[in-house]
Amino acid sequence: MTLPDIRHYTFNFGPQHPAAHGVLRLILEVDGETIIHADPHVGLLHRATEKLAESKPYNHTIGYMDRLDYVSMMCNEHGYVLAIEKLLGITPPLRAQYIRVMFDEMTRLLNHLLWLGAHGLDIGAMSMFLYCFREREDLLDCYEAVSGSRMHATYYRPGGVYRDLPVNMPQYKPSLWHSKKEVAALNENRQGSLLDFIWDFTERFPERVASYETLLTHNRIWKQRTVNIGVISPERAIAMGFSGPMLRGSGVAWDLRKKQPYEVYDQLDFAIPVGVNGDCYDRYLVRVEEMKQSNHIIRQCVNWLRQNPGPVMIENHKVAPPTRVDMKKKMESLIHHFKLMTEGYALPVGEAYAAIEHPKGEFGVYLISDGANKPYRLKIRAAGFAHLAALNEMVKGHMIADVVAILSSLDIVFGEIDR
Amino acid sequence: MTDVNALSLNVNERLADRIRSSSVAIAELTVDVARDHLLDVCLALRDDALFQFDQLIDVCGVDYLHYGISEWETQSATASGFERGVDQSAMLQAPHKVNRFAAVYHLLSLSHNHRIRLRVFLDETSLEVPSVVSIWPSANWFEREAFDLFGILFLGHPDLRRILTDYGFVGHPFRKDFPLSGHVEARYDAAQQCVLYEPVTVVPRILEPKVIRDDNRYRMGEP
Repeated sequence: MTLPDIRHYTFNFGPQHPAAHGVLRLILEVDGETIIHADPHVGLLHRATEKLAESKPYNHTIGYMDRLDYVSMMCNEHGYVLAIEKLLGITPPLRAQYIRVMFDEMTRLLNHLLWLGAHGLDIGAMSMFLYCFREREDLLDCYEAVSGSRMHATYYRPGGVYRDLPVNMPQYKPSLWHSKKEVAALNENRQGSLLDFIWDFTERFPERVASYETLLTHNRIWKQRTVNIGVISPERAIAMGFSGPMLRGSGVAWDLRKKQPYEVYDQLDFAIPVGVNGDCYDRYLVRVEEMKQSNHIIRQCVNWLRQNPGPVMIENHKVAPPTRVDMKKKMESLIHHFKLMTEGYALPVGEAYAAIEHPKGEFGVYLISDGANKPYRLKIRAAGFAHLAALNEMVKGHMIADVVAILSSLDIVFGEIDR
Repeated sequence: MTDVNALSLNVNERLADRIRSSSVAIAELTVDVARDHLLDVCLALRDDALFQFDQLIDVCGVDYLHYGISEWETQSATASGFERGVDQSAMLQAPHKVNRFAAVYHLLSLSHNHRIRLRVFLDETSLEVPSVVSIWPSANWFEREAFDLFGILFLGHPDLRRILTDYGFVGHPFRKDFPLSGHVEARYDAAQQCVLYEPVTVVPRILEPKVIRDDNRYRMGEP
């Protein structure tokens, strides 16, 4: 009897696949159910953000940054704004720095919550998605309260932030669908300022994280799907350009907030969690612990911000627009406003690379200026790009179902990979 | 972070014969390397105990074709009338640049906590640079990206395919002479039941002209 003719089988995973986290086309070559080779095809969401930025004054591009990694919006803005500030040689007021750190950490929660929800969904823990989105709702309300937009905030500006935190947290209004009584219950923690609402959130949040952990951390099915899946050694993780939780999951204690502190991170108390095995499970543990640490940082920021009112934007009107009141009284302010809104500001000749600890890893912005009011070249270094490049290595030898687990443990978002 | 000036001194001392120039600006060290010495320098930067740049953060292509050319002359235009309707003629007649392209590498050392930027200038006539994939595997996709967007050829790259643009894309879209609106647009043709590519119908226009201000108005500390 002769053996049947067995050959490797090649098929598409995505781009229209719910576990492809957007528009990833993955060409998988399998032997039976074992992956021989995975070839990710990216670029289906390529919008040429970097090229668009070259045709616009600097401030117009802040909004495009939100649309890169569209689950950690303000962190992208932060990287871009830092690069401009570096070239301009300006430092935002301390209060703006605290606001930025607070919103960076809230963004980290947003990102990790979405990741946890989607990761759970991919592996079969349906309820995680609903729980995580419940918490995200409160954080998105904070985004809306401060910037007017739930997702694409455009809140950070070179020289500070767009405006100070609101004194009143916006409240729900009764409607055909919600009676006065229901609305009163919803508005219970929205009676005070935005800071009060955030404080209330940080009071509730640790309990919520604990409940996720009850559901997942010692869950037998969860562990079977993630332990020893997609293992990457620390040496290899470094060589492949990993950063953020992907690197820390492999046991490398590297965090730009500690190692190359920006804003006020060096004045805050927080810890850097690291994994041991570098598998999907350790990356999960690292991200969950990071959420607890972020919560801790947010509380410190709220305390500081409550006690220290002050400006949130630099006074230099060559870069930051004057107030509306000034504009109507002072000729000089009117001219400043006109020049800023029509032409923008020019950066000195030079180049700068600013990197921040984005929820996904190192988010870098490399800016070249030829002295104009537009960037000459803007290069965005997205963490997910390097992580996805290592996918082939990580899935080789695993089963098809593990591809889904590994892919979602990378925490990729195509907005930033394709740019 | 370690002191960038100390790093600069070390780089200049150890690699003096293999680098073209180095400069420190806003606490960042930039080193210009000739193409022939790139691999040498990279290996030294990775393996020398003083440097230990174990991570390649980014590879970035740059096209310097329009560098320093503005779309709206600030000195003379106001005298001859406030005309915002600028055209791109200045850009189209851009003079030939000797080293039009550059490949820029950002390195990071986790053990020493310092960064460096390497820049290799390339002439349009020979857009080739040795690949550093053998030194840092993370260069793979970054080099593919620079090839796709700028047409820089990385010699020795194991798999130099396009990465971000469409299948069958023609041209290198991030070059400065590639129009922002592109060359072709796609539409689905119901009669032929396929997607057709046609010349783009968008008319390029400049909303905010690129202006270079050299009158020191942005000097900090002035009202």
